[in-house]
Amino acid sequence: MARRKILFITTDQQRYDTLGCNGGTLARTPVVDRLAAEGIRYERAHPQSVVCMPSRATMLTGQYPATHGVWMNGVPLPLDAPSVAEVLRLDGYRTALVGKAHFEPLLDPFLRFAENAQSRVGTTPPGGSHRGFEHLELAGHGSLGPLHYPQWLAREHPEVVAGFYRVLDSSMRVNGQGGGDTDAPQVKVNPIDRDLYHTDWVADRTIGWLDSLGADEDWFCWMSFPDPHHPWDPPQSEVSRIDWREVPLPAGYTEDASERERVIDDKPRHWRLWYDGSLVSNYEAPASWVPATLTAAQVREVNALNAVECELIDEALGRVLARIAERGWADDVDIVFTSDHGELQGDFGFLFKGPYHVDSLMRVPLIWRPAQTSGVTPSVVTRPVGLVDLAPTFCSIAGIEPPSWLQGTRLPSDDLDADSRGFDSVFTDWDSELFGVDVHVRTVVRDDMLCTAYLAGTVHDGTEGELYSLTDDPTQMVNRWDDPAWRARRDDLIGDLADHRPEPRKPRLSLGAPV
Amino acid sequence: MVACLRAPTGPYGRIVHLITHRASVRREVQIRRSAGAVWELVGDPARIHEWFPGIGSCSVDGDERVVTLGSGQAVTEKIITLDPLQRRFQYVMNFPLCREHLGTLDVIELDEQSCLVVYGTDADPATMALTIGGATGAALENLRDMLEGGD
Repeated sequence: MARRKILFITTDQQRYDTLGCNGGTLARTPVVDRLAAEGIRYERAHPQSVVCMPSRATMLTGQYPATHGVWMNGVPLPLDAPSVAEVLRLDGYRTALVGKAHFEPLLDPFLRFAENAQSRVGTTPPGGSHRGFEHLELAGHGSLGPLHYPQWLAREHPEVVAGFYRVLDSSMRVNGQGGGDTDAPQVKVNPIDRDLYHTDWVADRTIGWLDSLGADEDWFCWMSFPDPHHPWDPPQSEVSRIDWREVPLPAGYTEDASERERVIDDKPRHWRLWYDGSLVSNYEAPASWVPATLTAAQVREVNALNAVECELIDEALGRVLARIAERGWADDVDIVFTSDHGELQGDFGFLFKGPYHVDSLMRVPLIWRPAQTSGVTPSVVTRPVGLVDLAPTFCSIAGIEPPSWLQGTRLPSDDLDADSRGFDSVFTDWDSELFGVDVHVRTVVRDDMLCTAYLAGTVHDGTEGELYSLTDDPTQMVNRWDDPAWRARRDDLIGDLADHRPEPRKPRLSLGAPV
Repeated sequence: MVACLRAPTGPYGRIVHLITHRASVRREVQIRRSAGAVWELVGDPARIHEWFPGIGSCSVDGDERVVTLGSGQAVTEKIITLDPLQRRFQYVMNFPLCREHLGTLDVIELDEQSCLVVYGTDADPATMALTIGGATGAALENLRDMLEGGD
């Protein structure tokens, strides 16, 4: 008897509130909304890192960043790291990764990383598999570079390559150049035909791989969309779906500058330093862009384009699900949808991401639509879960005993299940060391509280932190870290951070590139 | 060039950093082989492709070295120091992604049976210093594994 198949869908940098099923009102996402209605929707899913490489490494390994060792973007996950895809492959599953991988650095003129060199040898990795995937077709955020998608564009459609936003500037830093109607950073009108854009390409290549499989084969497919991560350059033909002038400002954006700055000044010092353009401590945000210059119109336009990209993903997913139904697999497939981390998207006057552990970056969409044959009842889970829990969930779906190296637990099917199995807290780390500036952040979400401690470094002195009541303060505007009335709860949560931290990997892995 | 950190000192009085357009990265590895034995390999500019992953081939003509990267890109370097007494090797290069680059390789004797190999990368833009520096770190680890193999 065939086992349950697994379609694992990730997007990149997509906030929780961008889906209709999570209360989003801007993007129409009927396909994901239907999956949520038929399955399990998680209201407090948190990544273990708010940047791509550590978070994706956690999804693949089922381990915390301290254990798998990818402590910041640019640190390559060792080739012999544990992989849930390899566990499934060795148990007979056919495996594929289509879209964005990013387990290894993207800036690689030496072409020394396997993922960057893969397109030169086709879609089958040398030796038959890479990190457990026997089929790889890879894409990034743009139209340049060695991955399959830009190579395909250069070969088949060279006329569209220049229409994309240039992700990096002439100094190979994240580009701060503005565009669109409002001159917002990382925004550009992209004249590309929709069907050539990477969102549709990922769906097309996923369908191509599924079509290559026999009807009775077990399979695990990680379909990994590069959007809605910046640059915000969706196909021009789709931009008119949402008039940015009509887009409401997000709840996390305070239009009054003095009030906005008062909120920021109540947070640890690196918030204001970035806002003023004095310190960009991480590579992922444009070093030349000063957040204080962000206008309400730019926030509206970025949110509009982001929503367009979310709609395109939803429609592309719909095509893949239709093909799965045509193959007769509809009742036998578990579908999991999530994102590696969020996006500030105007909250507090910022865009992009960095060492800022608030819901904008920390709360991600997570939906698990179990196979119809599993008999799972639709539900909503309000207890905190982590992306570290995905790998054990995949093992559970496949009926495989979870390997001992997994640090998460199979996702709960409802709150009762969550309570009975101790889903009460989630932990997220940030570590970065770049050009002489280091930032180290430790966060726990528990009991509707979000608590973040900053370790001593070149920016922080080790005494600063953030404490928010998620119930009373859903946009995290009031930092209660220094409030005596909250001290006991704060200290209890800090104790949790120390008690639950895994032993860090030794020796520490080295940075291979900035991203 | 505009700095990322425009304040000259850190938020609580320590000098944080002034990020300019260039950066300096240092990587090192300790090898259980004599400095002379290690220098025999790394001090020969024509043999870099034997121990530096990501460099497919190289050729040397006088003080000019051409290395071909894994991506197929050929990069011309000028050798500016090749000192067997200090065991120091330095080269400069420029190519489209890198306006300026100085590579410095030192083999420092620790005792008769071991040495420290230090690879410095100074580059403009700063991003390339990190990218090349990452590659030099992996190269040093590979060099150690090659030379200590069989221990």
